[in-house]
Amino acid sequence: MSDKIIQITEMNKWFGDFQVLKNINLEVEKNKKIVVCGPSGSGKSTLIRCINRLEEHQQGSIIVDGNELTEDTKDIEKIRAEVGMVFQQFNLFPHLSILDNCTLAPIWVKKMPKKEAEDLALQHLEKVQIADQANKYPGQLSGGQQQRCAIARALCMEPKIMLFDEPTSALDPEMIKEVLDAMVNLAKAGMTMIVVTHEMGFAKEVADEVIFMDEGMIVERAETKEFFCKPEE
Amino acid sequence: MNIKKLLPQLLTLLVVILVFGFFSYNAQINMENRGITFGYGFLSQESSFDVQFSLIEYDGSHSYFRAYLVGLLNTILVSVIGIIFATIIGVVVGIARLSNNYLINKTAAVYVEFFRNIPLLLQIFFWYFAALRALPLPQDTEPMFGVFFLTIKGFFVPAFVWNNLDIFIYSIIAAIISIIFVRIYAKKKQEKEGIQTPVFSISIGLLLILPILSFLFGGVDASVEIPVIKQLSQSGFTYEGGIKLPPELISLALALSLYTATFIAECVRAGVQGVSKGQKEAAASIGLTPNQVLKLVVMPQALRIIIPPTTNQYLNLTKNSSLAAAIAYPDLVLVFAGTALMQTGRAIEIVSITMLTYLSLSISISIFMNWYNKKIAIKEK
Amino acid sequence: MNKLNFLQPDKNNLYTYLYTGVILVALSIFIVFLNSFFNKDIVSFLPGPISFFLPLILGFTGLHLIRIDYSGLRFLDSINKNINTNNFNAFLSLLIVFIVIKSLPPLLSWFILDANIAGDSKDVCTGSGACWTYIKIWFNRFMYGMYPNPEQWRINLSFIALAFLGCVGFFATEKFKKYLTLYYVVVYPLIAFFFIFFFISGGPIFFDFSYGIIAAVISIILGFFIPSKFKMYYFIIVPITLYILLKYVFFYEELIELGKLEALEWVETGAWGGLSLTFIVSFFCLIFCFPIGLFLSLGRRSDFPIIKYISIGMIEFWRGVPLITVLFMSSVMFPMFLPEDMFIDKLVRVIIAISLFEAAYVAEVIRGGLQALPRGQYDAAKSLGMGYWKMHILVILPQALKLVIPGIANTFLALVKDTPLIFVVGLLEIVGMLNLAKTNPEWLGFAMEGYVFASVLFFIICYAMSKYSYNLEQKYKTER
Repeated sequence: MSDKIIQITEMNKWFGDFQVLKNINLEVEKNKKIVVCGPSGSGKSTLIRCINRLEEHQQGSIIVDGNELTEDTKDIEKIRAEVGMVFQQFNLFPHLSILDNCTLAPIWVKKMPKKEAEDLALQHLEKVQIADQANKYPGQLSGGQQQRCAIARALCMEPKIMLFDEPTSALDPEMIKEVLDAMVNLAKAGMTMIVVTHEMGFAKEVADEVIFMDEGMIVERAETKEFFCKPEE
Repeated sequence: MNIKKLLPQLLTLLVVILVFGFFSYNAQINMENRGITFGYGFLSQESSFDVQFSLIEYDGSHSYFRAYLVGLLNTILVSVIGIIFATIIGVVVGIARLSNNYLINKTAAVYVEFFRNIPLLLQIFFWYFAALRALPLPQDTEPMFGVFFLTIKGFFVPAFVWNNLDIFIYSIIAAIISIIFVRIYAKKKQEKEGIQTPVFSISIGLLLILPILSFLFGGVDASVEIPVIKQLSQSGFTYEGGIKLPPELISLALALSLYTATFIAECVRAGVQGVSKGQKEAAASIGLTPNQVLKLVVMPQALRIIIPPTTNQYLNLTKNSSLAAAIAYPDLVLVFAGTALMQTGRAIEIVSITMLTYLSLSISISIFMNWYNKKIAIKEK
Repeated sequence: MNKLNFLQPDKNNLYTYLYTGVILVALSIFIVFLNSFFNKDIVSFLPGPISFFLPLILGFTGLHLIRIDYSGLRFLDSINKNINTNNFNAFLSLLIVFIVIKSLPPLLSWFILDANIAGDSKDVCTGSGACWTYIKIWFNRFMYGMYPNPEQWRINLSFIALAFLGCVGFFATEKFKKYLTLYYVVVYPLIAFFFIFFFISGGPIFFDFSYGIIAAVISIILGFFIPSKFKMYYFIIVPITLYILLKYVFFYEELIELGKLEALEWVETGAWGGLSLTFIVSFFCLIFCFPIGLFLSLGRRSDFPIIKYISIGMIEFWRGVPLITVLFMSSVMFPMFLPEDMFIDKLVRVIIAISLFEAAYVAEVIRGGLQALPRGQYDAAKSLGMGYWKMHILVILPQALKLVIPGIANTFLALVKDTPLIFVVGLLEIVGMLNLAKTNPEWLGFAMEGYVFASVLFFIICYAMSKYSYNLEQKYKTER
């Protein structure tokens, strides 16, 4: 048993007649940070959504932390609980306060006492530096604050892997930095991360590997240093 | 205050006052000519007309005010029945409209398009004059499940005869109170220890067990009174015993609920669709089960979208129930603005009371809704 | 060869599953079909409950077998995706198919096969189906009410003419496009009024009211050439002068008599009825309720408290009461408010009542449009130095009204559906005529046919309108 936490082999996916992912092979080791980039429509988002099984793949296998994702996977929620995800559009729950957004899953999925969940949430909110906003509602925060809250919400489940689906694309330039800072801190703390992003600065700073995708295929996969020095054609 | 601001307001006020003055002046003269004086004293006079169907005891010797109450109660009765069924049908159809099954989706769409595009009055007439008239006479009726009799003269259903009904009701109240306590307890326990109690099944159990206990030990006893056919004359039959739902009530409730359900279905559909896909994905990605996603994320948001327009539809249904006058169901409009008005000739008093009744209902509900909307509104900047 | 596992069909033995499944489904449908169309029960040798549920069981098994994900067959995939995603859906799909097959024969036989349309008396209707003869004989009444038969061409002609004039907008060239609003809001309603008053009703060309209209039109047209400085005075003085001139100087009483079209017989409104009355009432109510609603909505958003509260009161009052009580008011209460010698025609009273009622709803729809406009539009208009009316006419209303067209169309739809209520005051449009015809001793027992006929008519009209408003809504959504 290696410490490969994600193993994708020969994975294919279609949307109707259109093949979005072709023969994806990907292994991710524990504590590695991987940045996925490529032109829009190249299947980056679909790939990481497959890892969380928000999309179903049709061929091949995906193994997350020893569990294979198939149609029959009964406890998909358990696997999802170990895989945190941050969305481009934040997707905070507008009817709940920031604190409740963060405690929702610990209480209902992990059956954690409320008090404990709140302490945990505040701890994570502190990490992303919005603990002071805990009692506000998502609609009252700026985009950057919302995205940091979304990160905290995912962290509250204490996931083994974090997936980021273009976390900064919907943000104004001045807010991108605060979100990236939070992500850098997270990376330094040793989290396994797969990040779909166009922020090359972030890739250079924290990524161990960079994957370049185009037309549903992994075109290039390289160590960060190699990637930025001599890109393959 | 500058003149430019004051002038248009004063002019409008003047016009309104003039119009009202003109009206009331004429009304005074007209009433003088007819020898009636304005006033609501007639409400306590003997009404001396009968009403077909009444929830409270009433005959010609009661006052006009009691006739008003009879009409009001009948309006409330048909509205409540209509609202219950409209909600059930509307929610089912609304969910069917969201189904990814082509056949179910289209069937629901056909239902919605069909029933919402035909005037309600026409539908009421259809059920009353065409569909229900095709039912058999009482003597030819085959019972449904042995105890229900659907005849041209109405729907006869068995009634319960209770002994110690009060104890039964107390047991239900006790069940509800204990459910509330269980909920509070479950919440506390959850907050302290993180253990979730199966509140739903406990609630159902309590609701079943306590009333059953009241039957076993509380001396509660219910027997069923089944309608029995009875000959009135050579060819006239009816049923006795049980509860009689007159055909007017059935056709009105049927038409109202089928018609309003189409609008409620659209509200439900819009509400659930209004919760974005990202919300469901985000909820799933933190590990909530599909049921929890629905309960904790989708429903709270969808209900905020669904409830205000649905309340509006309930209000519409209540106002539309006034079409009862067309098929002689004795509702507020028929009893009061129809029969009572004909007898007393007090057009102004009676029409104003009728309108005020509906108006106060509408306004109180809309005030409540405004308050409620403000309370549940999703907070934004 | 892979093992066949019928509990979990997979792609390996695709065609085995597919053929078995298709045969089972086809068989189940065939059984129901035979049973329903030819009244043959080919499974009657089985015990009752089993033979009853057999098609369902067969079909269900069949659908289960063909539920194979990503089979690669496009047709199969689309069936699975659309009606056969899981057991529950498969069950419901089958149920719907069976119910449709089951209910087709009785419907067909009632509507067509066993129905009668020949002949012209009740006696031909011997079949068990519908008696369309009844509709045929009464068709004229359902369309025109009690309007005398030889005069009905007047209604037809007016409606055709109005329809043509209403279509002008589609053919207008660029040059005339900017006058379209004026045309539809002012000119077209006037033409329609003249048509209906003089032609359908056969009234005199000149009567008291028409002086006022002529005076108003002339003064509005002249108003375009008056410098805005004097407009206030102009609009107070000129119309009144014109009115007096027209009434007492240019036209004498004799002229009124001359103006009457002798050839046209006077038909009083009590005789109007049927579908044509539905159209007339909805048409006029639409014309009247729009401007009233517009002013109410502006009033509700006004900064002047008195105007604001009067508008709110008006809107909430009409929205709070059922239409039927409003009609009651117009028929029994309203005459009490008028001087004894003053009489307003029943139809006119009804049109006023419905217009005021619908105007409140229109006002709320327009208010929605006004609120949807960004604050910036108001600020921009004000910063250009526009006053209240200029700002609204030039900037706000053109945008807001475009937004609310679908909403107005929905209100209008509700209005058309509300017109049958005028039976309360004794006017018989099509539903009223049906109820009248139903009680005719010659034609008892055909209520069903009548209501079905009217339902179909209303459905066609209302469905077309609702689709139109829906399309508009989609169009505006994408345009923004």
